[in-house]
Amino acid sequence: MSVSLKHQIAAVVTYHKNEVGGGAPVFYVANQEEALKMARTLASILQAGVHELSSGVLILVKH
Amino acid sequence: MRWSEPAFIIGVGVIMGSIARLAMLKVDYRQYPSYPQAYTVHLAFGVISAFLGAVAVPAVLARDYTAATFLALAATQFREIRKIERETLQNVEETELVSRGSAYIEGIARSFEARNYLAMVTALLVTLTITVLNTFIPRQKWIIYTSGIAAGILTILLLRKSISHKKLGSMVMIKPAEIHFEGPVLMVGQVSMINVGDPLIQEKYRRYGMAVTIHPQDPNAKATIANLGQRQAIAHNASALLGIRKDVDTPLLTPIVRRNIDIGDLALIIVPAEPDREALLQAVADTPVLEGAVRKPMAAKSARMVD
Repeated sequence: MSVSLKHQIAAVVTYHKNEVGGGAPVFYVANQEEALKMARTLASILQAGVHELSSGVLILVKH
Repeated sequence: MRWSEPAFIIGVGVIMGSIARLAMLKVDYRQYPSYPQAYTVHLAFGVISAFLGAVAVPAVLARDYTAATFLALAATQFREIRKIERETLQNVEETELVSRGSAYIEGIARSFEARNYLAMVTALLVTLTITVLNTFIPRQKWIIYTSGIAAGILTILLLRKSISHKKLGSMVMIKPAEIHFEGPVLMVGQVSMINVGDPLIQEKYRRYGMAVTIHPQDPNAKATIANLGQRQAIAHNASALLGIRKDVDTPLLTPIVRRNIDIGDLALIIVPAEPDREALLQAVADTPVLEGAVRKPMAAKSARMVD
């Protein structure tokens, strides 16, 4: 049986440097387009879902 | 060697009991069991339970009361069947794109246990009928065995009907609904379902996504469909029957059933492989009402007071 953290923020992708920080891995990118690209890549690697907290702040969560 | 009469009676009982088990063994909307191995296992168990039921009456007549207590052994054996079913389904649960949920698994396991009791009861009633008739009209063998078999068929038909699952469609109204997005949040009417951050996934929902709302007809139904296991069963059933556009790396395309907490209605969203509205409504209506989810608050006075 594989073990993984569910219902936790696995990663954050953003281009707002001032809005996020802290425990989860944060990936800073240049703009919205790159944020989405990065989030998609991470989502398929982590098998996680992409959620939008606010414009420009995407989080990845395993369900 | 000549066949003794009790052995012949038991033989008829075993055959009828086995037929009872066979009649209840089918690939149905639960999509289970679907392979010859599983058939073999359940048929073998069915024959054993039929045998246990069939020997009871002749054993008592032969004043072999200890042999009749073997029926107690059957109960243990059937519990084992439930355990086997539960474990099998739990083990494959991880490999399902949309899980069945533990309540559904428990329901399936329980009905497999019950079906063995039915095989046993059928065999018992057949041998009982034949034995009783044998004492009254010992010469008319033809009538005796025909009525025994008829009693068996009648039992099968009655029991099959009485243990069949209630379907969700009998206690709720199911209506097609529209999906819309409020920012990244997918909504069905007033119910927010899920936050979808990726426009590509949003597009999938817009193009292929379907929604239904499920309206309980009374407070009992409302309490029943609130159960998480019942909701998971709805999601599993819909995706098993319509197929699903989802893989392990797109968890946000998993069908979701959420509750309107103000009025107790449910909303289901799904991205089916075959977006057919009628088929979806039918699939939801055909979802079995899980025994573990059934609530009857209206049976209590306090619940009737608030209704």
